Amino acid sequence: MTINFEHKPAAHCESGVTSNLLRFYGVNISEPMALGLGAGLFFSYMPFITLHGMPTVSFRPLPGQIFARVAKRLHFKIRTRHFLNEDKAMGALDKLLLRGTPVGVVVGVFYLPYFPKEYRFHFNAHNLCVIGKEEDIYTVSDPISLDINRLSYDELKRVRFAKGTFPPLGKMYWVKRAATSPPSLKAGIIRSVKLCCKQMLDIPVPYFGVKGIVLMAKKMRRWEKTLGRRKAALHLAQIIRMLEEIGTGGAGFRYMYAAFLQEAAAVLGKPECKDFAAQMVKIGDRWRDFAHEAARKFKKRGDDVCSYDQLADKLVAIANEEKRFFTSLRKLIRKI
Amino acid sequence: MKVEEVPQDSRFLDDTNLRDIYYALDADGNYCQVASVGWEPKNDALSLTWENILEDAEVLRKEVLAGEKSPLAYYMKIRLFDVGILASYSGIPKRSIKKHLRPEIFKQLDDDTLKKYADTLNITVEELKKV
Repeated sequence: MTINFEHKPAAHCESGVTSNLLRFYGVNISEPMALGLGAGLFFSYMPFITLHGMPTVSFRPLPGQIFARVAKRLHFKIRTRHFLNEDKAMGALDKLLLRGTPVGVVVGVFYLPYFPKEYRFHFNAHNLCVIGKEEDIYTVSDPISLDINRLSYDELKRVRFAKGTFPPLGKMYWVKRAATSPPSLKAGIIRSVKLCCKQMLDIPVPYFGVKGIVLMAKKMRRWEKTLGRRKAALHLAQIIRMLEEIGTGGAGFRYMYAAFLQEAAAVLGKPECKDFAAQMVKIGDRWRDFAHEAARKFKKRGDDVCSYDQLADKLVAIANEEKRFFTSLRKLIRKI
Repeated sequence: MKVEEVPQDSRFLDDTNLRDIYYALDADGNYCQVASVGWEPKNDALSLTWENILEDAEVLRKEVLAGEKSPLAYYMKIRLFDVGILASYSGIPKRSIKKHLRPEIFKQLDDDTLKKYADTLNITVEELKKV
């Protein structure tokens, strides 16, 4: 059986699943709106957690948070489950599907058959939505894919129990009770923008938000000395991949957040928000410029490549820009 | 970014139904979804990562041919497994995996263990035996 579920491609897996799932329950919110309501713009630099032997750099909050926050703002009741037993995890999924409930699952991408082989790293925080089962074949709606894909029982079981950094442990989530009358978006937007400002500005350890960008810049200046040329280039490439790789909508969610602010301007009746959207796009452009220069650096294209110091300077400039942006955005939102 | 500025530098996504979605401004100043097949700096970053992996693997391949390491070491490299991840996927203890990296011990492995490794690494048992 297949659930009548409209698959819409999206830039980011989790905001895409959230937007698609809510549309199934009759609440039409776009992907940027889901990202904004989930306060999905973030930065973290965590040298103490390694991915492929390099520090973890991430432009999003922890997996699962976007969906949980959006559901909370819209008064949806959701459930999340983890499993230790693989067959029980699949059984629980089947039960929900039989009841006609689409189920979001967290998977690792290494064994995902429809991914190109160059993309198959041991990355375990990808989201997709299971929407049907015929015999042993599951139909899945993966937001970063243009169409629906199919996975066999064994394939799905394997990706749900991926191993390595942040193993998903068969995590699945679904809507337990949809809101009968969803509240207006206005209050939700205000709270989420505040939360976003808070997580970018106020976390008191140096790894997160604007402080995280500064810390990464500081470490970058010494990379060539501490790591050697080759590893330094690899570290730089890892940052660019996290910034741009499938699922950020460009410039580490900055462009998508701009689209959200534009939408929010209409909902809040605050045209000033549109200026903020334009500023956010400029910040996104700076990130892209950084990526461009970084790529020239590790590809050694042309003679006038930046040094690591210059790249770090760019990052510090971005950090200052973002600090200024979120401080004034917070001022605006507090007045509403 | 305007719709016509969305980069379309294809390298990895041509044969798949995956795309990067951008939110770009159309002529009326509204954001709309535009599908992209890739962007040069991003593709470069991914290529660089793979070039490095394959360089490391080439060194290992020579070591395997010289009889210093077992083919398992080579396949772990190109499939991006470290001992920890391989142990948790295959159920073979880390300690044993480290031993199996030595060619003389790898040669004595029974078919069951070889099959476990091959399944985890997504290759056939025959492939696993040579490089």
